[in-house]
Amino acid sequence: MNETTLEIPYEIPADAHNPVEPFLRMDRMPHIWCPGCGIGTTVNCFTRALLDSKADLDKVAVVSGIGCTGRVAGYARLDSFHTTHGRAIPFATGLKLSNPELQVVVYSGDGDLFAIGGNHFIHAARRNMDLKVICVNNLTYAMTGGQTAPTTPSKVISATNPYGVFEPSFNLVALAEAAGASYVARWTTYHVKQLARSMEEIFKKKGFCFIEVLSPCPTLYQRRNKMGDGLDTMKFYKEVSKVRHGARTSECELTKSGEIVVGKFVDRERPDYFELLRAQMTESLGDRYAEPEVSCSEC
Amino acid sequence: MAKGFVSITVERCKGCGFCVEFCPTHVLCLSSAFNSKGYHPPNIVSAEKCSGCDLCGMYCPDFAIFGARYAR
Amino acid sequence: MHADPKGVLTGVHFLDGDHACCEGTLAAGARFAAGYPITPSTEVVERFAWRIPTVGGLFIQMEDELAASIAIQGAVWGGAKAFTVTSGPGFSLMMEHIGYAAMTETPCVFVNVQRGGPSTGLPTLPAQADMMQARWGSHGDYGIIALCPNSPQECFDLTIQAFNLAEEFRVPVMLMLDECVGHMTEKVVIPEADGINIVPRRFTHKSPEEFRLFEPQADGVPDMVKAGDGYRFHVTGLTHDERGYPNMTVDTQDRMVRRMQTKLAPLAGSRAFFEAEHLEGADVVVVSYGITSRVAQRAIELARQQGVRAGKFRLISAWPFPAAHIAELAARVKAFVVPELNLGQMVNEVERAAAGKAAVIPVTHAGGTVHNPETILKAIVEAAR
Repeated sequence: MNETTLEIPYEIPADAHNPVEPFLRMDRMPHIWCPGCGIGTTVNCFTRALLDSKADLDKVAVVSGIGCTGRVAGYARLDSFHTTHGRAIPFATGLKLSNPELQVVVYSGDGDLFAIGGNHFIHAARRNMDLKVICVNNLTYAMTGGQTAPTTPSKVISATNPYGVFEPSFNLVALAEAAGASYVARWTTYHVKQLARSMEEIFKKKGFCFIEVLSPCPTLYQRRNKMGDGLDTMKFYKEVSKVRHGARTSECELTKSGEIVVGKFVDRERPDYFELLRAQMTESLGDRYAEPEVSCSEC
Repeated sequence: MAKGFVSITVERCKGCGFCVEFCPTHVLCLSSAFNSKGYHPPNIVSAEKCSGCDLCGMYCPDFAIFGARYAR
Repeated sequence: MHADPKGVLTGVHFLDGDHACCEGTLAAGARFAAGYPITPSTEVVERFAWRIPTVGGLFIQMEDELAASIAIQGAVWGGAKAFTVTSGPGFSLMMEHIGYAAMTETPCVFVNVQRGGPSTGLPTLPAQADMMQARWGSHGDYGIIALCPNSPQECFDLTIQAFNLAEEFRVPVMLMLDECVGHMTEKVVIPEADGINIVPRRFTHKSPEEFRLFEPQADGVPDMVKAGDGYRFHVTGLTHDERGYPNMTVDTQDRMVRRMQTKLAPLAGSRAFFEAEHLEGADVVVVSYGITSRVAQRAIELARQQGVRAGKFRLISAWPFPAAHIAELAARVKAFVVPELNLGQMVNEVERAAAGKAAVIPVTHAGGTVHNPETILKAIVEAAR
């Protein structure tokens, strides 16, 4: 028996369609993500945020690094760039600077953005580069088989810490705030509505914005730690998450099984890179300053 | 009559159960049937309760289900 | 088309190679540069940072060379002509993104002002020991172009050429200076903008529905697009099909990787850049490039004064290696003498192309200064015997 016959006890209206489909390269489905992985859920939130923000989709670009979340770029039906490991942010920096009318979204994983790409993250935040960084944090290197990430909590068993992780982990939201991000929030894949709203909010905000999304990796994180499957993880998020907007990020550390503080922690006004550049150049050069015209269709 | 409906692309489903668990009106359950990849897709058990809120669609990591309201 | 006059500093100047290279980037239409400071190359971007705000472009100093070498590629996909500049240790870090540029067929320019290595080596002193790295430094099979100027004037001219070739072939182009050429100050003539030929980016005329980002045209090179124009294209460093979608099949890999090399074939033959002198009836041909070619020039003159029939073959495009030209010469000369500021890199290519038909004599040097012309002369005279 290959085909399921499902009883749909009603007619589906002919014009009904999945609202995510226009945002995705449906010819590439099914995607590579495992059953119970939350990355697809974050993509739903992303597409709904794009829909609700009424963004001109021709002017939205997605840049990813390497890893499971790095594959988002390949599925988004937008100008999309699957770059090298850890380098989504500097690529996005070049893209944004050359073509400032683009809304540049960096969509990548915790290992990519905070281990190999950690230096780029802090510098882009310091410059307040107008990038929207969405980090799907599954607390592990999933694509390569569940090795320890800089986010893996203490005591967790990983492929490279088979006797338990003992290195301290990064608190991503505190790191982002300290480095200078204009907007910092954390949600889990359980918080779909809040996450979509946060994403919509950062599309409208100037400067370096960061959203951390905790997401299950049932295949390589939960399974190895006897934490159940994706659904068990979603229930766990529901149970232990506390919404605390404006919480001190230094108090939002993640542990293996403790409370998860979610919410919007930082939303501040800082001049972004372009504003700072223009102000300095105008001060120094006056009328001699020429606005950058980097992108060109005829040269 | 139900306010909304859900539409399921059975072959795209990986049987994670998110839609079943988080449907606020309990419209769905996991089917005992398999799709061609061997996953149990959701089945509609209480169609009349569907509000068309599309929370199933927001949770589904495989873009296999969505909900919508009937046009009035 | 002609250069945009905004970037062209027409006139007669007294510039070092690094500064002349910077003027070349501006004349070529580059309006974006990303860099990280490293001796002896930094003057290129220092001048760019000074010049660009009045021309209408951007320089950004990135946090490292990894960032600089990928930021320029982001800029290219945003529609810019872009480049980065470095020296040995930074060049090593950039290898990852030379591979990415080759794989994604991103036209861009990498300037390497070579210094002595390995590792930190000789930061302020010359070498030519990154020639093989320029060709093969990133993993996997791919093709690149490398040009070797031997004067500040050529630093200007070949920088424009580098951008033009990058656009024509959709490849990363390496501009391989050395510390001597980079820091040598000479007369540089910058022509009027309408005397400078620029190859514009070949943007597609197809609609987004018809367009495929990696579908080669008759010359083996696909057309370009830029972000924001509605094409909704995908770029990946994974093996990809003509649409740009990841495709892990053996067929796709073979088709793509072979095309990335074969599209450059004209540059190994009819379109190779070189300078030849006294090849008619030559017994010995000195093959050299960059600063070493100027030392070799003296040695060739001295040899000819002694009655040795010595000729010159100066590599301007070192990669793709002009093998057909060397092979043709090998059939009619006794020997090639190959001086270079390394322990033997391009000499292996000469040997390969000569295929045993002529002797190939390396004149090696570990770097730190240039050869003594007498050393090269001695090799020429011995080879002629």
